[in-house]
Amino acid sequence: MPLLQITDLHASADEKEILKGISLTVNAGEVHAIMGPNGSGKSTLAQVLAGHPAYDVTSGTATLEGEDLLDMEAEERAWAGVFLAFQYPVEIPGVTNAYFLRMAFNEIRKARGLDELDPMDFLDILEEKLRVVQWGPEIMERAVNFGFSGGEKKRNEILQMAVLEPKLAILDETDSGLDIDALRIVSDGVNALRRPDRAIILVTHYQRLLDFIVPDFVHVLAGGKIVKSGGKELALELEAKGYEWLTGVAEGAAV
Amino acid sequence: MSTEMETLVNREYKHGWVTDIEQDTLAPGLTEETVRFISAKKEEPQWLLDWRLKAYRRWLEMDEPTWPNVHYPKIDYQALAYYSSPKTMKPLGSLDEVDPKLLETYEKLGIPLSEQKLLAGVAVDAIFDSVSVGTTFKAALAKEGVIFCSFGEAVKEHPELVQKYLGSVVPASDNYFAALNSAVFSDGSFVYIPKGVRCPMELSTYFRINAANTGQFERTLIIAEEGAYVSYLEGCTAPKRDENQLHAAVVELIAMDDATIKYSTVQNWYAGDENGVGGIYNFVTKRGRAGNRAKISWTQVETGSAITWKYPSVILQGDDSIGEFYSVAVANGMQQADTGTKMIHIGRNTKSTIVSKGISAGRGQNSYRGQVKILPKAHGARNYTQCDSMLIGNACGAHTFPYIDVQNSSSDVEHEASTSKIGEDQMFYCRARGLNTEHAISLIVNGFCKEVFRELPMEFALEAQKLLGISLEGSVG
Repeated sequence: MPLLQITDLHASADEKEILKGISLTVNAGEVHAIMGPNGSGKSTLAQVLAGHPAYDVTSGTATLEGEDLLDMEAEERAWAGVFLAFQYPVEIPGVTNAYFLRMAFNEIRKARGLDELDPMDFLDILEEKLRVVQWGPEIMERAVNFGFSGGEKKRNEILQMAVLEPKLAILDETDSGLDIDALRIVSDGVNALRRPDRAIILVTHYQRLLDFIVPDFVHVLAGGKIVKSGGKELALELEAKGYEWLTGVAEGAAV
Repeated sequence: MSTEMETLVNREYKHGWVTDIEQDTLAPGLTEETVRFISAKKEEPQWLLDWRLKAYRRWLEMDEPTWPNVHYPKIDYQALAYYSSPKTMKPLGSLDEVDPKLLETYEKLGIPLSEQKLLAGVAVDAIFDSVSVGTTFKAALAKEGVIFCSFGEAVKEHPELVQKYLGSVVPASDNYFAALNSAVFSDGSFVYIPKGVRCPMELSTYFRINAANTGQFERTLIIAEEGAYVSYLEGCTAPKRDENQLHAAVVELIAMDDATIKYSTVQNWYAGDENGVGGIYNFVTKRGRAGNRAKISWTQVETGSAITWKYPSVILQGDDSIGEFYSVAVANGMQQADTGTKMIHIGRNTKSTIVSKGISAGRGQNSYRGQVKILPKAHGARNYTQCDSMLIGNACGAHTFPYIDVQNSSSDVEHEASTSKIGEDQMFYCRARGLNTEHAISLIVNGFCKEVFRELPMEFALEAQKLLGISLEGSVG
């Protein structure tokens, strides 16, 4: 059974259809890149999979290990093992990173019938995970994303991913706004988290990220549909020819 | 805003029950006779009766203020009762003689009055409608020279202190509700900390309104002599009733040179139902006067009441004195809150800090109203004001009314304000990490209030966090 199976998914926001029939199969252990021009529906797909209430799924299905994903609330998807690394991570003033992360960690454990960890035991886990993003413990006492630089926010998302150990991680434009050093740290982190029982979906506009995190499959999204799928070489072809090459195909196909 | 969040801000008020006890309640109405009755009932000296009568006559000439940003039907002062006490109440009885029903009441509220069961290090004065039910740890405090008793008892036992300080910070003619309180106040708490003494435990008063159609008018007077320190807490609850009830209190703090008074309030009066029926009108005057190098710090968490009208203030009279105001005010359902502070800088190098966190939800209206006044001789005075509002949902409102009046050029006044909204994005972020909606709201709101909560004594900070949780999300009932 595939980890994630999306079939003919249609979704809209404010009555406007954005996803117009997406089908995608993702198996455990795979890394899929979803590329496309601005406004193609990439981020919408990421948000719909994570359960953002602003979008209505009008038809189609999505299952996680055979379970109906679309029937779950956002938090239930997190409990089931879905993780979305946000394009714009949200600030929560007054709540420390450590507290937030422990609460999330324990809520997910609780939902899975496991014991909650106390702050001391959690600290042990955290120390190990901080290494994934090459951070010291001081970051944990700062308020969640509050006053963080763009790069720090993205690193924090990868730290959360490391701690919460999802089955399916969806990284929404994790490379945007990163300088080359930050990009390297974030990519190293993601690569360290690649595992045979975990799938990763990278949503990105640029090929650059894929030099660091090499995908197994590349899909091009345009006009709310996947217009082309291929191996990692497709990304290089896109880099050379630009999106117009394919958006032209998309328009032609729609007629 | 999603309907989910709207359901979640529905509240459940857990202190809404009534104690079934026979009460002596004075027939409704307010005349000079009412004032004389209360004074006689409390066996007061002539000077206090005269003081009350003067306040009453002054009140008759005053008009109810219309400037607060709150709206309510005109109060019929003749329809209210001004005195109510449990029938079994003996004056100045010891705790052993207190009616078990009253002890049960406080037990149920989580305030056991037997000293063995009390939180270590907190002495309690329990006020039930118009009278003090009992005060704990009096003997232990007396060893340090600390006086902690009901106001009525203080009038009898320490008349010279009461006469000297009563009305010295909030004159009877200060405002409409202060004048009303001065005329008909029934009981309250009295604290006196002698020179150089650090009060060995937290002092606390728990106010409970029980009787129907009765106003509660309590009076609190705290005097900290030179170099003394005291931390004082008050908590308040009332039954659910369909009628509005009036609570008009006056609190006066006197901090002599080098003294510190820390005054914390967790106010959870009944707020009325979702249609705005019932609830307490909380019209309160609180003010402190600080001597040289003295410090007065107000911390309030206001979650209850249908209407709140309250401005705990500090007169910074002495040089180098410090005034602080930390506030969390919630307006949910149909609640209206108009609250803030006044910092009056008179002495040199006086310093004040104001941190106000207003939370509006449901159809609540929350106003911050604050005055910072720096007089010509207050050289080097400094004020920092931070005023943050948080909105939950689309039907509520947040308003800010800052008044800044600086009369010299060597002072420094800073004002920062922000308004934020718990938006779908913030909620979705938390939920995508596995927090359900209730946990997410509670986390975001508690984070927002953190700067105020950390000013509260530990036990009360936890209590306040829980209370805020109940006010805003509740176990949806």
